[in-house]
Order: sequence, then structure tokens, then C-alpha cells
Amino acid sequence: MTRRVALAVFVATTMVELVRAEASPQTVAAAAARSVVKIYGAGGVRGLEAYQSGVIMSPDGRIVTAMSTVLDSEGIDCVLDDGRRFEAKLVGVDPRRELAILSIAAADLPVLATASVRATAGTRVFAVSNLFGVAVGDERASVQRGVVAAVVPLEARRGAADAPYRGDAYVLDFTTNNPGSPGGALVDGQGRLIGVIGKELRATANGIWLNYAMPIDEVLRGCEAIDAGIASLPATAEAPAFDVRRLGIVLVPNLLDRTPPFVEAIAPGSAAARAGLEVDDLIVAVGPRAVGTRVGVEKEVGAIREGDPVRLALIRDGVVVECDLGPRPATETTP
Amino acid sequence: MLAAVVMLAAGVAHGGDVDPEVLAAQARRIAAVRRATPAAVSIFAGESGGGSGVLISRDGHVVTNFHVVQSAGPAFTCGLDDGVLRDAVLVGVDPTGDLALLKLLGDEFAHPAELADSDDVQVGDECFVLGNPFLLGTDLRPSVSAGIVSGVHRYQFPAGTILEYTDCIQVDAAINPGNSGGGLFDQAGRLIGVNGRASFEKRGRVNVGVGYAISANQVRYFLGMLRAGRICDHATLGATVSSSVDGRVVVSDILESSDAWRRGLRYDDEIVAFAGRPVRTVNAFKNVLGILPAGWQVPLSIRSSGRRRDLLVRLAAVHSEAKLAELAGLDRDAAEPPTARTTDADTPRSVRGLYERRAGYANHHFQVVERDRVAAAVVAAGRGLPRGPWTLAGTIEAGGEFRLELSDATASLDLPTGTSTLAAGDEFDQQPVPPGSGGLLPALVLWRRLVLEGPAAVGQTVYRGTAPGNPATFTAGARAELVDVVESSVAGVVARFFVGASGRVEAIDLWTRPDGDPCEVRLLYRDAAAAGELPVAIEARVGTVPFATLVVGPPAVPPEASP
Repeated sequence: MTRRVALAVFVATTMVELVRAEASPQTVAAAAARSVVKIYGAGGVRGLEAYQSGVIMSPDGRIVTAMSTVLDSEGIDCVLDDGRRFEAKLVGVDPRRELAILSIAAADLPVLATASVRATAGTRVFAVSNLFGVAVGDERASVQRGVVAAVVPLEARRGAADAPYRGDAYVLDFTTNNPGSPGGALVDGQGRLIGVIGKELRATANGIWLNYAMPIDEVLRGCEAIDAGIASLPATAEAPAFDVRRLGIVLVPNLLDRTPPFVEAIAPGSAAARAGLEVDDLIVAVGPRAVGTRVGVEKEVGAIREGDPVRLALIRDGVVVECDLGPRPATETTP
Repeated sequence: MLAAVVMLAAGVAHGGDVDPEVLAAQARRIAAVRRATPAAVSIFAGESGGGSGVLISRDGHVVTNFHVVQSAGPAFTCGLDDGVLRDAVLVGVDPTGDLALLKLLGDEFAHPAELADSDDVQVGDECFVLGNPFLLGTDLRPSVSAGIVSGVHRYQFPAGTILEYTDCIQVDAAINPGNSGGGLFDQAGRLIGVNGRASFEKRGRVNVGVGYAISANQVRYFLGMLRAGRICDHATLGATVSSSVDGRVVVSDILESSDAWRRGLRYDDEIVAFAGRPVRTVNAFKNVLGILPAGWQVPLSIRSSGRRRDLLVRLAAVHSEAKLAELAGLDRDAAEPPTARTTDADTPRSVRGLYERRAGYANHHFQVVERDRVAAAVVAAGRGLPRGPWTLAGTIEAGGEFRLELSDATASLDLPTGTSTLAAGDEFDQQPVPPGSGGLLPALVLWRRLVLEGPAAVGQTVYRGTAPGNPATFTAGARAELVDVVESSVAGVVARFFVGASGRVEAIDLWTRPDGDPCEVRLLYRDAAAAGELPVAIEARVGTVPFATLVVGPPAVPPEASP
């Protein structure tokens, strides 16, 4: 009991000290913005921006960002705070957390210190991102200030499916999640990285747009998973497309270049039906490789050797589901 | 004991034991809001809606957005924090820069906002917004929203309209419909910007933490033109720039008719600095250009063939007068003869005697007011000068002696290269004498007439607004030395007189043909010169070519007695 009280007193006084030790907002803003990059990729059609934000995680050019359609591009560009432009390589994605790691061929990049404990409701924070794409070249990312309103799991939807992430998020009292913001930095009063701004989401209950960030401990776990290969690998560059109808999967019609791979129908008695696929499932990975489009699914299944198992990761009702469709059939020319 | 700890922690959060620094910061913010509040204006524009404004002068000038006053006519009703409704009249508009100026009728206003130097604003600075969001302030008291500066020197493309926001300040303080035209203030309560735009998208027209304010420096640069009752125009260099492969900002196209071309700017020249600010990106160039009024002459530093050169360039107008009138929503005036005047019956009762419709102006009444103000200052400063002939003689810096005689009937300038003369009634455009000067003697003749007799003696005169008094030493921001400019069209020439705060004419630009280079004359006075003293030196040049510097010395011969 005494020890617990002593600890509580220690925590309380430490908090006061931390408040006093806060750097000036100008210093925090400048330092945080140096570690935020502008990311340009696919998109540009209404409602789908072709840009977002990212945070430098290592001096040699690892960048964490949100997994999104922006990354569905042959050429992803990262522009640093000093205006230098790099072509980025997609290292991998974590579909459960909707995180991605990019890498650029740079050295001695500024990296923010990360917070070692979770922030609590009431913590004063700064969000740093290239919202609305207002900053270009060496122009500084935008800085907003607010407070962590709550630390709770997300109750959200986007498009047809809920957000797959089920862990805690920092819900914020200011409008941080604007177009272009996903992947931006959330820093505390001392400029430590405490989270990464998530994708634009609306609350399921009332349709209100959510402002939130993923806590840095979750982000780091996502990075570890990507590095360990247990999350997902990037798409295979060249593979012959495989007609997934031969597995019993009918995907939504390929109306756009980047039609999301939603399941439209399942052939009765097929491998897909036996594996438990359902209509409206969204395929997010084939084996270890993330997919975001119909064409991507066909390519990745095509890259699996004949006889090797076809394993799919799906999002169904906001939860990631894994299915094994058994050995891949031989490639045949369609009649 | 555990309970005691919990109480201690709660105390930290809820006030019993608030950090004195927090309380001090709060007290500073309250003081700043108090200081700025008397300058907050609610604008009601009848059926057109309304918005916000900021009082910036003791005589009642209120700056707001053009889009707040657009198509609302010349009369407005405004409210100040004291709860009193006042009538106001439209003074000037800047459709491109989204600025407008109104004037409150009536009293002296003791607490106008102080214009800060917006180039000093940093990302992370505390700021607050005063205004009338959603026209909520039915008691005329402004709403306050606080935040920080999110970005500086932002460039915002024209949003489907002409309203291009250049060099603006981005803030996360809430800016909503109705805040347009209101003030953005720094933590000392000084005006750093005029709120006018926000990023809205799929979430509807409400604040998403991304608002933009026109910088106080842009207001500062356009204020003279707005006070002059004009429809202001923005500037073009006559050249476009783009990023080169190696990231330099280079000239990608240039008009051979532009002043910049005549000063030597060419394709592929690198732009290094412009109007007192460094240029490293195309956006930086657009930011500098976008806040400058048409007609200004400013420094431009370039790197051309590996060599750095410092030029002075004259900026042309972006739009024609007819196009400007159309943008201002005043194109109905364009069809009328320039002398057409409003009759009292056309004018709302509240602003009768304060509004005059005329082509090219938002409100010609204030053109007359400002022209008369400057004319009175010029004449007052010239009061001690001899009414008879003026004789100035001395040495030429490049060698030799000069003798200048100016009288009502004749003028002559003796130089080692010869003597030039002019007689009253000469058409000056036929006489750009001395040869090679571009018209130094006509400029000096008009100067003497203006100083002794006022604008009526130098043909048709207009007050153009303010411009850099000495473009070669132009400094951006609050330290920019801006002087009044009066333009006269007479005897086939156009002359612009640059009038300093003392009422003294400091420089003259005189064109004998509209598309050429003017004769640029600088009149230099003793540091502690009293009113009624003549200059101690006269510099003249055409374009980049110096003509002569005349240093007034002990008279070579005693001055002749006045006839």
C-alpha cells in the first residue's frame, strides 16, 4: 500500500514537472514538421486524394504512413521538409492496423523521440500533417493544436466495411483527420511522437467524422510485424493474372483501374465456398502480400505456384478473417 | 492517504493549484482579446448577408473581404463592440486580393487595431480570431476563437474564382462563414491578418481547423490604393517562372514589352530575390508577387550567365480597367462616360455626400478626398519657397557644371553638352529634354508648378495610393517606406510625384510615351531640411542608364534678383 501511494505521488509530481518542461509551441512545431514528409501517389479523383503524410522513423529513410489507395502506385514520391524529393519503395503493409512502411534512399534524417507511455485524456498535443496538400516542396507541414479527448477503441466505418483496427485510438478534440492528414504525426508538448494520424473515418453510430490517431506503441508493433513478415509483403511486380472464378470467386466488375476487390458472388460447391468466403468480403491480402485492387488479387493468385495453398485475408464486418482455399489449380487458357 | 493523492492530482487539473505560468498565459490572452475587441466590426450588408471587419484607423476605416461587400451597394450598417450600430460607406475594393475598405461615419474611433508585421509571424504562435461567425453577434459583440498559426507564406490557388490567396497565414482557430473579413490577431492583440478563406470539403461549410488569413502586410501594401477609392489591381512581372531540373526558379517565359525585359531579364535567368524577400521556390515567387499592387517599382535580384545582378522592375497591371470593373461587379459603370456622376437620388440616404460613382473607382468621392489631402500637404511644404524664378547651380558628379532656371514662363538647363529650354505651353512629349534624359526638364517644370500652385496647375491629377518611396532600398513588411503618389496627365506627358510624409516631393517619374521608360528623377534634401528648402541634389536616369547627378553647390554666379 505504501509503495503504491509513493508511486502515485511520484507520478503526480512527475506530471507537474513535465508540464513545466514543455518546449515552446514554435520549437515543437518546427522540430515535428522536419520529421513529417509529404507523400504523393495514386488518386486524384473526387474523394480520393493523391497525397497524404508520413513520419520519418529512422535516419536512413524508413517512413511510416497510412495504408491507403495513395500507395497503389508504381511511383510513390516522398518530399522532405527541406524540399528534397525521393522515390519511395513500399516495404510492407499491416492491413490490420492499416499502416505501411516506405523506404527512401536518404541518410541522416531527423527522427523524433517517441513517448514510452500512453498519453491520457487531457494531454495537450500537436498534429502535424500535410492536410489538404497545402504545403508543397520545402513548405512546412501544417501544425494544429488540441487535446486528447479519450483513449478508446474506434467505432467507425469507411465505405462498406468498418475500420479493421480494433485497438485503442487517441480520439482528439480538434479536426486532425482531413484529406492529406493520414500518416501525419501526433506529438506531445515536448515534441515526442505519441501517435500517427489515421485515415478519414466516420462514426458508425452518428455519421460524424472522427479525429483520431493510432498510439505510437501500436504503430511500432505494426512496424515490427511488417519487418517480421507476419503482416504482409508488397505486391509482386510481375505475375500473370489468374482468373479467380476458377476458385469460385466472382469479384465486383472491373469498372475502374483500381476497383477494390469486393466479393460479389461465390460459386456453390467451389473452393471459395468450402473455405467460407462470403459475399461482400473485401480481399486485403493474398498470402503475405497486400492487395488493394481486383487486378492485384488476380496477379497475386497468379504468382502462387500451382499446388501451393491459396490463403486470403479478408475484411468482413470490420474484422480480418483468414481463409485457406487449398491448392492453386493449374493455369488454363479460358475457353 | 490514497484519497489525498487523488485529490492532489485533481487539484492540479482543476484549479486549486494551477501552475502560475498557465494563469499568467491566460491573463495575457484575456488582455490581448480585450485590447483587440474594440476594433472588431460586424458588417451587415442587407440581403447580401454580411460578415466581419477590422477597424484600422481612428477616422473609421474598416478593412474586410471583397467577397463580403460584393454586390451589396455602397451603404452598409456596421456594429462595434459598444453595441452601437453605425452607417458605413464603401471606399475601395481589391477583387483579386479579396480585400475591401469601408469607412464608418461619425466619431473618432479611439481603438483601431495595430497592424503588426506579418512576416514576423511563426508557426506555433498563439493567435485568435474576432468576428461574427454565422452572424451570431446580434448584440454586436464579436465571437472569439483561439488557436495557433499552422502555416505561414501559404499559397492558395484561385478557388474557381479570382480570389487568389497568396502569402497567407494558415491557422487552426475556428474560421466559419461570417468570420470573413474579420481580424486575426497575435498574442499581443495586434492585427496579423484578415480572415477570408478556409478549406472546406466533404464535411460541409464548417470549420475543419484549416483557415487562411490575408497577411497584414498585404493590407499595408494595398491600403493607400483602397483609401483612394479605387478598384485595385494586382501586379505582373511580365514573365512567368518555373522550377528548373536542379530546383532553381528560372524565367520560363517573358514579354518583350515588359519593363523586366527592358531591364535585362531573359529566359532561363534565375530569380534569387524579389521585393526584399528571398525566392527559392515558384510558390515563394508567387507569394511575393501576389501581395504587390500594380504599378510598384521593386528590386529584383537575378543570376544571369553566372553573374548576380540587382535590377529595379516596374510591375504592370494584371487586368484591363474594363475587366477590373467587371470583377468588382461594377461593370455597369464601364458604359458610362468617365464624367458621369451619381445624383443624390441614386445614393442611399445614409451615405449621401460620401459616395460618387465613376468608372474605374469603387467610390470616387474618396479619390477626391485623398487627392486634396496630399495636395494640401504638398502646398503646405512648399509655402516657404520663392514664388519667383528658381535658380539651382552647382557641379555634375561626372564632371562639369550645371545651371537650372525654372520660372512660370520658361525653363532652362545648362549642361556641358548644351542648353535645353522649354516655354510655357510647350507640348512636353515633343521635348524630352535634355537629350538622353527622357524628360528631366519637363519633370522639374511640373514639379515647380505642383509645389507652388497645387494639382490644379498640373493638368488632370489623380491620387494613386502609396508606393515605395525609394525602390532601391525597399524593405518588405512594416519597415517598407511607402509614400503617397499623385499622377498628373498634362501637355502630352504623364508624371508621377512621390510625396513623402513631410509633403515634400521626393521623386518624379515622367513618361513622354506610355510604353517607354520614364525619366526617373530623385530629389535629395538636406537631412534636417526645413519646409521651403530646395533640394541639394537631383539625380536623373532612364531605365538603368544614369543621366546625371546634379549637386547643388555654392552658386557659380550670384542669384539674379527676381523680376
